[in-house]
Amino acid sequence: MQRLRVRYAKRGRLRFTSHRDISRAVERAVRRAGIPVAYSAGFSPHPKISYAGAAPTGVASEAEYLEIGVTTPCEPERIRGDLDGSLPPGLDVLDVVEAGPGGLAERLEASEWEVRLPGADPELAGVAVEKFLSAGAVEVERLTKKGPRRFDAREAVLRLAVSEGTGRTAAQVPGQSCVILRMVVRHMTPAVRPDDVLAGLRLVADFAPPVPPEVTRLAQGPLDVGTGALADPFDLDRETTRGGEAGPVGEHVAG
Amino acid sequence: MPVESIFHRLEALLPKVQKPIQYVGGELNSTVKDWDDADVRWALMYPDAYEVGLPNQGVAILYEILNELPATLAERTYAVWPDLEALMRAEGVPQFTVDAHRPVRAFDVLGVSFSTELGYTNMLTALDLAGIPMLAVERGDDDPIVLAGGHAAFNPEPIADFLDAAVLGDGEQIAIAITEVIREWKAEGRPGGRDELLMRLAESGGVYVPKFYDVDYHPDGRIKRVAPNRADVPWRVHKHTVMDLDEWPYPKKPLVPLAETVHERFSVEIFRGCTRGCRFCQAGMITRPVRERSITTIGAMVDNGIKESGFNEVGLLSLSSADHSEIADVAKGLADRYEGTNTSLSLPSTRVDAFNIDLANEFSRNGRRSGLTFAPEGGSERMRKVINKMVTEEDLIRTVTTAYSQGWRQVKLYFMCGLPTETDEDVLGIADLAKKVIKAGREITGSRDIRCTVSIGGFVPKPHTPFQWAGQADHETVDRRLKALRDSLRGDKEYGRAIGYRYHDGKPSIVEGLLSRGDRRVGAVIRAVWEDGGRFDGWSEHFSYERWMAAAEKAGVDVDWYTTREREENEVLPWDHLDAGLDREWLWQDWQEAVSGGEVEDCRWTPCYDCGVCPTMGTEIQIGPTGRKLLPLTVV
Ligand code: SF4
Repeated sequence: MQRLRVRYAKRGRLRFTSHRDISRAVERAVRRAGIPVAYSAGFSPHPKISYAGAAPTGVASEAEYLEIGVTTPCEPERIRGDLDGSLPPGLDVLDVVEAGPGGLAERLEASEWEVRLPGADPELAGVAVEKFLSAGAVEVERLTKKGPRRFDAREAVLRLAVSEGTGRTAAQVPGQSCVILRMVVRHMTPAVRPDDVLAGLRLVADFAPPVPPEVTRLAQGPLDVGTGALADPFDLDRETTRGGEAGPVGEHVAG
Repeated sequence: MPVESIFHRLEALLPKVQKPIQYVGGELNSTVKDWDDADVRWALMYPDAYEVGLPNQGVAILYEILNELPATLAERTYAVWPDLEALMRAEGVPQFTVDAHRPVRAFDVLGVSFSTELGYTNMLTALDLAGIPMLAVERGDDDPIVLAGGHAAFNPEPIADFLDAAVLGDGEQIAIAITEVIREWKAEGRPGGRDELLMRLAESGGVYVPKFYDVDYHPDGRIKRVAPNRADVPWRVHKHTVMDLDEWPYPKKPLVPLAETVHERFSVEIFRGCTRGCRFCQAGMITRPVRERSITTIGAMVDNGIKESGFNEVGLLSLSSADHSEIADVAKGLADRYEGTNTSLSLPSTRVDAFNIDLANEFSRNGRRSGLTFAPEGGSERMRKVINKMVTEEDLIRTVTTAYSQGWRQVKLYFMCGLPTETDEDVLGIADLAKKVIKAGREITGSRDIRCTVSIGGFVPKPHTPFQWAGQADHETVDRRLKALRDSLRGDKEYGRAIGYRYHDGKPSIVEGLLSRGDRRVGAVIRAVWEDGGRFDGWSEHFSYERWMAAAEKAGVDVDWYTTREREENEVLPWDHLDAGLDREWLWQDWQEAVSGGEVEDCRWTPCYDCGVCPTMGTEIQIGPTGRKLLPLTVV
């Protein structure tokens, strides 16, 4: 069985899709595109499609990943076009490679996020970021299905920078100033999300944006701990022409 | 006047609500047209949550047909959940369409499709959020024509004050005709304003405009007469019937939602209408005669629908799907075609007979063999005679045991409680039947691993049926019988554990009864309920019986008079001026025969018994067999 790795984006209004919405849409798109997807054996067979760390509902992403098992070898570039054409605009297929050795999930060591905060005070944002970075630990609380949970949001943050720009999509006056946070956050358990970092900023400096933030995941991949830079997780797949049998992609959903 | 998307304003609210994906649109096969290129614009509403409304066939078909017309645009809108409603009010965001997020008030027509009366309060929310005056008489030239359709529109009187117009029956052709009337009126520069447009629609006889009819009452509250208050408006308004479904093979481009919805499948209507003659069934009565879609068109629609949607389930819809004259060939043909493709087929409405087990086996060939549902509706043979659902106990048990013997483990039996002439014994008969079914099933399979679920709901007498004169059972009686049935099932040591029991209590049926057979005076109750916060009445977690009763009292409406009171033959019924084609005398006679135990056959296989529909409507039964077979297609 050949395995194809897919990088896709969820953009604009489709950022409100949940992980389940996306998996249904992908299953249907695979059928529409006529991709020879493999099915699991058993009483109610389901297509072999697995997802790595989906971005939460409401968060846009330029770097989501999934893996499809196919019964007959496929040309990745053709699959990219066919799958993209079968998905609704806003779920856009960016890159497809044939899986090389090694699992994909392990390579997704960290994410780079962009957080836009329309109408927020840039100066206060700068102060908050500085305080956050100089703190040893910032304990935040998040409501999980098992109740409130406290954890450190600081350690996972490898880079955090603040800049200013103009708003893009949300409810605001065009041209209104917008604070932009860029951060690289390491994947760990419990997962630290941009929300948690914002909660941390509020805690250290009482920095609270006036409207809901617009969050976009820009990249995921192997981490260069020294520089905090992310590499393309598909580099390894591209190096090998045809991969041997590799482990399955872990199926975990952020949050 | 340029009409702009409100999406940027909505977007800021979405992170704060449950299920934001229900509001963003962007479905596969949805259509966004340029506003200025269209001269007639429809907003189509299904007055329930998106997850229920999106799969609705009526809206989907009209959406496609209207968008295919040149210079015509159609978008969809659904009821928003209370969390978003509150935010929209706070931020001044109006009711919007999900396609291009345009404000509903900017459209020419707001067409609302009512499958059930319990959507009425949701329509009021939408009107209010849209900024459209709630009362039709308060609307101006810039407000859309608020038009109701769907089964509940066969008695739109309770919402008459909120509607500009209503349409009875199949929507395909009349929607196009209405579009052309509006187009012409607009092209002429809107002569005579809103009033003239409504006159032009009413004159045709195909559109009901409530405000052109006056209702007079007797001192005792009964209706004296309903009469047009303008010359040129017809005394009666007729329903619409599409003949030759093969000419209307919609949906061609099924909407594929991103959000999870109640039916995740591609549905094809295999026929419309039903002449089985079940006396409680409004759907069967108002959709006569039977018009089949041919096996070849069904095959082509399924093939196209799967390709266009990527759905892996196909539903063959109708009121009694196993009755299609070539259903066996359809089933076999489709099962052959999709063998090994993980595409499953389903046949939602089936009757009880052995033939259907073969069908069910065919249908489950490519998918799960989970459970079968049968609807005997009445618990005793006497009861089934009253409702004209002619199934003997012997037939029923034989059919169900056949199902068990062929590997089906779970059988669901559907019943109604509160039927005319019903006694406690009739309802307790359901328990006996269920026990016999399990007993016979255990004998034939030699296994105790079989189950049966009894599902029962309250009966509501509906307009345009022989039971339109009947007194509805009060909710105390219904609840008492349901409880007695539960005790009888649960208390049984031998079989109780193998029988599941699901029931709905009797109170919601009383409200449904009030709305089903209500007249214009009931409108004040609906409005008062809405003002008191009534929303999503079809959802038990939102429905409040007490709220409805309090509102009725406030409005001076006697709920019993509308529900539990039996009507006399000559009483003018609120919907008598609305013509579903059924001959009133025939309906009355059938009501009398129900009480005395007379049966009616199905006119598909016996001579016409003059229910009145075909001659009045100029229609005829259209059934096969065509003798054609489905050719296997190469599937990807
Ligand atoms: S008029 Fe006759 S043929 Fe037509 S539906 Fe009624 S009974 Fe059947």
